[in-house]
Amino acid sequence: MQKNSIQYIVVFATIVCVACSALVSVTAVSLKDRQDANLLLDKQKKVLSVAGLIGEGSSPTAEEVEAIFSENIDMQVIDVKNGTVAEGADIGNLLAYDQQAVSKTTDGGYDAPKNKAKVARIPNYVVMYTIKDGEGNPAQYVLPVEGMGLWGTMYGFLALDTDGNTIKGLTFYKHKETPGLGAEVDNPSWKAKWPGRLVYGESGSVDIKVIKGAAGSVEEAPYNVDGLSGATLTSNGVTNLFEFWMGEEVFGPLIANLTGEGSNA
Amino acid sequence: MAVLGKEERKVLFDPLFNNNPIALQVLGICSALAVTTQMDKSFIMCIALTAVCGLSSLSVSIIRNYIPSSIRIIVQMCIIASFVIVADQVLQAFAFEISKSLSVFVGLIITNCIVMGRAEGYAMQNPPWASFLDGIGNGLGYSIILMGTALVRELFGAGKIFGHVIFKTVNEGGWYNPNGLMLLAPGAFFIIGFMIWGIRTFKPDQVEMEG
Repeated sequence: MQKNSIQYIVVFATIVCVACSALVSVTAVSLKDRQDANLLLDKQKKVLSVAGLIGEGSSPTAEEVEAIFSENIDMQVIDVKNGTVAEGADIGNLLAYDQQAVSKTTDGGYDAPKNKAKVARIPNYVVMYTIKDGEGNPAQYVLPVEGMGLWGTMYGFLALDTDGNTIKGLTFYKHKETPGLGAEVDNPSWKAKWPGRLVYGESGSVDIKVIKGAAGSVEEAPYNVDGLSGATLTSNGVTNLFEFWMGEEVFGPLIANLTGEGSNA
Repeated sequence: MAVLGKEERKVLFDPLFNNNPIALQVLGICSALAVTTQMDKSFIMCIALTAVCGLSSLSVSIIRNYIPSSIRIIVQMCIIASFVIVADQVLQAFAFEISKSLSVFVGLIITNCIVMGRAEGYAMQNPPWASFLDGIGNGLGYSIILMGTALVRELFGAGKIFGHVIFKTVNEGGWYNPNGLMLLAPGAFFIIGFMIWGIRTFKPDQVEMEG
């Protein structure tokens, strides 16, 4: 065959394509298990770190994370609309449950009302991580939250005390904020300002706000957190995220049930 | 250095200073701006790019005599893209944290002009071993500039080197007030500009003719 003939070119292109796709698929398939394990491990680590079960900056091995996780944490499926534990709901592996992806499907979620956190869809079910104390009673609840920052949606976990009001921790595991400015939402010293602050004011509305400048200690300003300097829009995004997720639209009913008398949680 | 003859040494080490892909050819600037805020990120990016550049030059060179000239560019792209996907997959499996923070920039190695430039400019005319070394050499040339830029940016932008605190910043109760410009992409432009100036001062033959 002539090197520049049409047949040769077609045959050559086919061979190259097949060889390249074989290389790519072999790699993707053979590494898939490891990648999935990484994703789950990462999620477990985030839950443990927001609940304060592993220290900031420590790097436990996969086995350690697994052990601490299974020992201290119960996972429950929550029906968001009713705010109750959905015993019978089948959403597959709880740890691998991808709330964002599922909420986009017709059966998996519903359109969110217009909100400042710019969340488009609310999932029917979310996974709540209950942290147990030494006797096996609930000590903290960890809930998934998300909201628009400056450049994109920030995804995180919020740890609440059993009173449903006191914040135990807040962490973001995925965001696109500017390094050094908005990305300071990841900064351990900023995250350390959250524990002890209160979500709901005396009237029951969501009062927690990230304000401009310094807010002071927990006692002085239970509803305010220091703003991130140079990142007003990211700071507002965090405020909006609380307003939406902790409000009536999403976790309001759940919090009421968790803390109410004779609740079923 | 028995394995490397004079010619091999030249293709491997020339791109470091004499013919640096970023400083002389001014290629691959996009990722040099994007991933140099932290040294560990840059380091992984450098390894990924060097590996992709070496392997794709090697592969292109092996089949260079069979590639029909009318589709050579797309064939090179196809090979490069495959290696980039492989590199991305490997990072996701073995360096998960870093691959998360590099996000799209690993994928964007596909459009990095250095890789394509070496495949088209060198590997198409030269035997596999030399092409492989040429790819690695250019990857290393890119790496030198990247690591240098990242060193300056991380040190003055965040007071750290490889995540270890060198200057304690004001935010964390120290004395150092970080330079915000270093954290933004324009900061890298200045640093790379200074590097090019430095290299051309020592090697005046790299200065372009005027007019």
